Amino acid sequence: MIDRDLPVTEDELHAYVDGELPPDRVEAVSAWLTTHPEQAALVASWRAQADSIRARYAGVASEPLPDRLRLEKLKRLGRWAGRGWMPLAAAASVAAFLIGGAAGWFAHGVSTATPNGFAALTSDALQAYRLYVVEVRHPVEVPGDQRAHMTQWLSKRLGTSLDIPDLQSVGLKLVGGRLLPGPTGEAAAFYMYEGPTGERFTIYCAKAASPQTALRYTNADRVAAFYWVDDKVAYVVSGPADRERLEQITKAVYEQTDKSGARKL
Amino acid sequence: MYFQGYLIEMTPPVRSPAIENERGSVPTFAQMIEAAIPALRRYARALTRDADIADDLVQDTLVRALRSEHLFQGDEVRSWLYTILTNLNRNRLRSLARRPAMSPLEDNDAPDFAGPEAGGRDIERALATLVEDQRSALLLVVLEGLTYREVAEVQGVPIGTVMSRLARARAQIKNYLDGERPALRRVK
Repeated sequence: MIDRDLPVTEDELHAYVDGELPPDRVEAVSAWLTTHPEQAALVASWRAQADSIRARYAGVASEPLPDRLRLEKLKRLGRWAGRGWMPLAAAASVAAFLIGGAAGWFAHGVSTATPNGFAALTSDALQAYRLYVVEVRHPVEVPGDQRAHMTQWLSKRLGTSLDIPDLQSVGLKLVGGRLLPGPTGEAAAFYMYEGPTGERFTIYCAKAASPQTALRYTNADRVAAFYWVDDKVAYVVSGPADRERLEQITKAVYEQTDKSGARKL
Repeated sequence: MYFQGYLIEMTPPVRSPAIENERGSVPTFAQMIEAAIPALRRYARALTRDADIADDLVQDTLVRALRSEHLFQGDEVRSWLYTILTNLNRNRLRSLARRPAMSPLEDNDAPDFAGPEAGGRDIERALATLVEDQRSALLLVVLEGLTYREVAEVQGVPIGTVMSRLARARAQIKNYLDGERPALRRVK
């Protein structure tokens, strides 16, 4: 009909081969090709190319998967492969490592930490802090003035009763908190605090397998963190690398979360 | 697409508690990814023509996808994965280009033989002569069965660009297979 009268373009020939033409146009092109042997040969050569490509590579899809492409392996790897550009996962990673590293064993199969991995993950966590605290628009999910709601919500999601530390005694106001993916795929809590000059500190909490560990300190590039496990909850307190100040804050956090009550800083 | 995702990743979207509570879709996401692995391997193999490099790319793609789950919206996990892989491969080639001394031979097959394998090797060599974006466009359409629109999204270009890449790729392969190989060696 009208379609048959339209000239057939090379674009249309490609679309014809690739099944991208509307049905009425397919008919028109088919008919047109019967009277244009040169273009018909071209179309045939493109189809032959496609057949060769499929013949050569289709079999790859049925080859057995190598171990490293199995999803269970990759999920684990994904948690460890953070490069600081996904701060939250990195924080989760470091917590997972810390928990396992300190206790010498790991929860729920989260493993493969190496001495090198330790350095990488620690630096990831600090970088994460750096990226995260500069977030102005969405630093938190729940604002600090909804402390009761946040406590209830995060405790429920973590499956353990949490106390969101009150750090006013050390000059810090709670900005708010958010829920994060934790090291074992469970929930983790993340709180952010702000000092009078706008400096920010964060606390990361996740359930840990080991009952408790010693307090440890790490720093890199002007950012530092204290981390420990107490009563099966891991804590990472991060902030600007002023050890004295961070220690003061950590002490306040530690005292308020010290459920076992057995140790003093 | 992917690069936008990368940027967004710096500032994870705020999730409401309500959404968090409905994370029953997580296994579905993983399953969708898992189902796409064989096709991704096929595409990567054809794209790189090297089994090890291809599986490296697939592995990187999957790790990134799993890590960026919260960024994924919509239902076409497969296209999204092709996008990541295509971009990773582009980055790989760029970094190779910056280190010319390290550039591997694209084509390390045995010399041509007439035989049942010869056809496969011919198409492999023909693909190797293509510009990367043309090769990717052709493979996504012909081998992976993506629509022009999907390829346009994967490559981040208009459909018209996809079609011209496709046309050039086909013309180049035809020339190669029609025996213009000696002509390519001639100084033009």
